[in-house]
Amino acid sequence: MKDVFVVADNIVSPLGRTTAENFSLLREGIAGVRHQNRPEMSDQPFYAALFDRDEFRENGRHTKFEQLLIASIGEVLVDAGVDPADPGTILILSTTKGNIGLLEEGIEDPARISLTGSARLLAHYFGFVHSPVVVSNACISGILALVNGMRLIRSGRYETAVVAGADLISKFVLSGFGSFQAISAGYCKPFDQARDGINLGEGAGAIVLSGNQRYRGRLRLRGGSVGNDANHISGPSRTGEELAHVITRSLADAGCGPAKIDFISAHGTATLYNDEMEARAITLARVQGAQVNSLKGYYGHTLGAAGLIESIVTLESMREDLVLPSPGYETNGVSTPLNVCTSLLSAPLEHCLKTASGFGGCNAAIVMSK
Amino acid sequence: MEYITASCVITDNRVYHSGRLLWEAPRVGLPDFLLSAYQHFGFQYPKFYKMDHLSKLGWLAAELMLRDGLAAAGYRPEEMAVVLSNGNSSLDTDYKYFATIGDIPSPALFVYTLPNIMIGEICIRHKFKGENAFFVSELFDAGFIETYVRDLMETGNARACICGWVDVLGEDYSAVLFLIERKLSTLPFTAENMNRLFNIQNAGHE
Repeated sequence: MKDVFVVADNIVSPLGRTTAENFSLLREGIAGVRHQNRPEMSDQPFYAALFDRDEFRENGRHTKFEQLLIASIGEVLVDAGVDPADPGTILILSTTKGNIGLLEEGIEDPARISLTGSARLLAHYFGFVHSPVVVSNACISGILALVNGMRLIRSGRYETAVVAGADLISKFVLSGFGSFQAISAGYCKPFDQARDGINLGEGAGAIVLSGNQRYRGRLRLRGGSVGNDANHISGPSRTGEELAHVITRSLADAGCGPAKIDFISAHGTATLYNDEMEARAITLARVQGAQVNSLKGYYGHTLGAAGLIESIVTLESMREDLVLPSPGYETNGVSTPLNVCTSLLSAPLEHCLKTASGFGGCNAAIVMSK
Repeated sequence: MEYITASCVITDNRVYHSGRLLWEAPRVGLPDFLLSAYQHFGFQYPKFYKMDHLSKLGWLAAELMLRDGLAAAGYRPEEMAVVLSNGNSSLDTDYKYFATIGDIPSPALFVYTLPNIMIGEICIRHKFKGENAFFVSELFDAGFIETYVRDLMETGNARACICGWVDVLGEDYSAVLFLIERKLSTLPFTAENMNRLFNIQNAGHE
């Protein structure tokens, strides 16, 4: 199987504008989730990781959503030395709601809100020759976009895939999760006994994948798989069998046995049902021996960007051989206990797993290896 | 080799099954059309009533396409994939949900503000647990879908796949689904053949 190398990556979040800036704060235990007073989003204060109001302001040409992607993609293109005009390069975008916050500013034109409109503007801005692929598959979008990039490179269709994702928090998104009673009253506590829901977050991430052998020695995206619970549109599987199956398939795709997984960057949204399902799945897939964390306590749930941001933090963890503690975790709160990491841990990380699950019953997983 | 073993096109108040006109409804608005199609074919699936227009349309197309059943093929749930695309994501329901947030935000609408919920509805109905993907593109990109689905099948990630396009915005709608299997049939799985079936409604007007 053709190797797929990670050539460059970037995180634009409330914590910082590069992967290095982000990771240096994370290892100090500094989180982006804060107590927020944003009357334009909610009458009540809430906890979330948000950009300041004046960051990435709409500039007449590009919306805030598009500017986040421009910042993140722009950095990885320079860093990787990628020529967007190269016909061997494809841009893959991942988001759940894109420009939907424009509705709150009275902008209702589908042409301005649409994901295809943003994709066209971004392709034009950077000069990509192919139309971007746009993935919108709830909270697995980022992982699905990476799997897609990996497959397009393996099949020889493209040599380089620029995979980028972003999402913003708006009254639309916040009220929606609120209507499901899914928002935590405080800081979220993934896998903890006292967990009571999610924190939301804003951000963007971008990864350049390449099949070119000159990158031998870089970290690799080794395998991935996607599936569906076929159970409920807004609640996860009761058994975790379906996510377990996706994990098992990812491991098989990577040629990596379950015992070889050193670390799992879980989805860990801190809702009652997600974390329980995920813990069962991790155990069923026999990867429960690995260290586990959820980054939701640092970034909140960044929706269509989450898969990218959390994979990039995992890649940086692998470069540093460091497992970050999982914020908010004190006492096990799932029926099949996991090794949730509670303090900064030095450990050789050869093979790591990243999982995601979302509305619509979707699950996805990838394996990253040295 | 992969073949298109069935297809369903729903557009312009007409339903086509594998290229044949199955039903033509009287000219009514989209909500009435969706309901009358459900009733006309005698479906019994109470969850249908809770769905948004996009999911109703996709659900109907899948239901009609698979009316002859897949059971005989003996696929396992994990071997059945669903890969869909459209131009407007969930925007039709986004507007409707947004209209509720000043008052009482509706969770029943919010859940449909993701286009892949339609994939979830189809997976629940038919017990498909395999690969999923939802893509947004301006027009139906048959070449891309062919590449993606063929790769899934050739790498052993799927043995059968439902793919296509289901789009709704206001009164504009179209659904075109294809069933792809490695089972000899008359229609090879190619972008050209998908486009030909996609354009069936235009051909019908000639």
